Amino acid sequence: MSISVEGVAKRFGEYTALEDVSLKVPSGSLTALLGPSGGGKSTLLRVIAGLEQPDAGRVVIAGEDATPKPARTRGVGFVFQHYAAFKHMTVRDNVAFGLTIRKRPKQEIVAKVDELLALVHLEGFAKRYPAQLSGGQRQRMALARALAVEPRVLLLDEPFGALDATVRKELRAWLRRLHDEVHVTTVFVTHDQEEAMEVAEQIVVLNEGRIEQVGAPRDLYERPANEFVMSFVGPVSRLGGEWVRPHDMEIQLDPVDRGIEGMIDRIIHLGFEVRVELTLHDGRPLWVQTTREQADELELGEGQIVWVRPGRTTSFDQRHEPRAAAP
Amino acid sequence: MARIALRGVALTYLGLLIALPVAMVFYRAFEKGLGAAWASLTSPEALHAFWLTCVMVAVAVPLNTLFGVLCALVLVRQRFRGRAILNAAVDLPFAVSPVVIGLALILVYGRGGWVGDWLADNGVQVIFSPVGMVLATIFVSLPFVVREVAPVLREIGTEQEQAAATLGASPLQTFIRVTLPAIRWGVAYGVVLTTARALGEFGALSVVSGKLSGRTETLTLRVEERFQAFDLTGAYAAAVVLALMALGTLLAMNLLRPREGVS
Repeated sequence: MSISVEGVAKRFGEYTALEDVSLKVPSGSLTALLGPSGGGKSTLLRVIAGLEQPDAGRVVIAGEDATPKPARTRGVGFVFQHYAAFKHMTVRDNVAFGLTIRKRPKQEIVAKVDELLALVHLEGFAKRYPAQLSGGQRQRMALARALAVEPRVLLLDEPFGALDATVRKELRAWLRRLHDEVHVTTVFVTHDQEEAMEVAEQIVVLNEGRIEQVGAPRDLYERPANEFVMSFVGPVSRLGGEWVRPHDMEIQLDPVDRGIEGMIDRIIHLGFEVRVELTLHDGRPLWVQTTREQADELELGEGQIVWVRPGRTTSFDQRHEPRAAAP
Repeated sequence: MARIALRGVALTYLGLLIALPVAMVFYRAFEKGLGAAWASLTSPEALHAFWLTCVMVAVAVPLNTLFGVLCALVLVRQRFRGRAILNAAVDLPFAVSPVVIGLALILVYGRGGWVGDWLADNGVQVIFSPVGMVLATIFVSLPFVVREVAPVLREIGTEQEQAAATLGASPLQTFIRVTLPAIRWGVAYGVVLTTARALGEFGALSVVSGKLSGRTETLTLRVEERFQAFDLTGAYAAAVVLALMALGTLLAMNLLRPREGVS
């Protein structure tokens, strides 16, 4: 089911969390709300879920105005960063909760829960309590619990934020596959651009309560709408008046056309990638990402004078002024 | 060595101040044989005192449990003007001496107090009757459930409740299926403390009850009354019953409680 957010604003006292936000999430898509913390992405998700009431604007789910409805009748599945597991219930009772509330027949509940536990690979854990599960298992349980009521939309608030790096990577890939299986319209919040790029079909970049850009991961990376998006979706260096990705620069040993002179301060080997930190002739720092082969070939060394030539650069017409915080 | 010494200090302290006096009460009650103690306990006045003590507990504990949970919910989950005042007011019975509470009740509900006169005109006598005694018991045992439940509520947070809401639960269903089970040990502990306090209240009751033997006398008041009448067997026997009721409450609590470490 599609979601449409129209002109939503939300303030908490003096703090503006959302400012006239409009957004369309196509039915069956997997969308990421990406942005720095305090950017408004969690608030937007909670407004869609009905856990927060917007001060202005509407939320339309499947063509129907959901704004006046409470969370429990919106047909949304919500997954919290810290799982929100019902600690006094077994995994089975947790997953069955929504169905038990709806007073479905016992046999139907058992069958549905078994099916969901298989889907999230927790078959053997039905009788355990949340305290006996790992973080990743708890989050999968929370997902099964949200899916049990067959929500029209699935909303995940930093679902992998509390997990360690390895489990996070596993669950990302798994969420992607799960979405391909279940096809429910999914929106998830993350502050990790890599996570958004890897999992989502559509990314919404939110900053200071406003949408900076909406687009496919590649669009955002290659055609960022402004400096903020450019610097948020990937590493970026400033060269003169232009913005350039560290891997879009070339190091030369001799002066070249459009080349800028600098001295190598440090060379950092990160496996395949080599990061070269320089001070340009005008005193500004810059870092360039290159490969091990290139660094070896050029025999780069610290203290060496080199010329940096940018490949693709990006410049923006209007400068991105940092917005003043609410008075 | 230091650990053994520390243990010794703790045990001696408890022994001298609690175990020995309680043991002496039991010893003195049965000093003249079971028969004498039994006869004293089964006198109509003693049975009435026992019954009245049970009434105090039976009224004060459920009321304070209900109010305590509601009040804890309001204090923890809502932000409003006057919240700090409510928070402080809940602790008032802890801070104020029970005798003062008794006197305050007389001022409001006794003859000459404006609520008291109105009630008296309508045929309700509060002071020197079980009604006033119940009020006093409720007053002194009010904070326990609130103070046990509030920190648990704060700790569990609101995410589980929000999750229940998104899964289709109404506020009442959420409270019964999610909030209540999560706070149940806080409630249980609060109930035990409330019961113990209601059983043992003396000061406020001695002011509002008038201490009429066989009419407004609870077990605690009877212990004192028998003691003043030089009926030591009667006093100690009543004290033993009180002690056993309190022990029973603590035991029930420990049986109900899950083994530590398992949540």
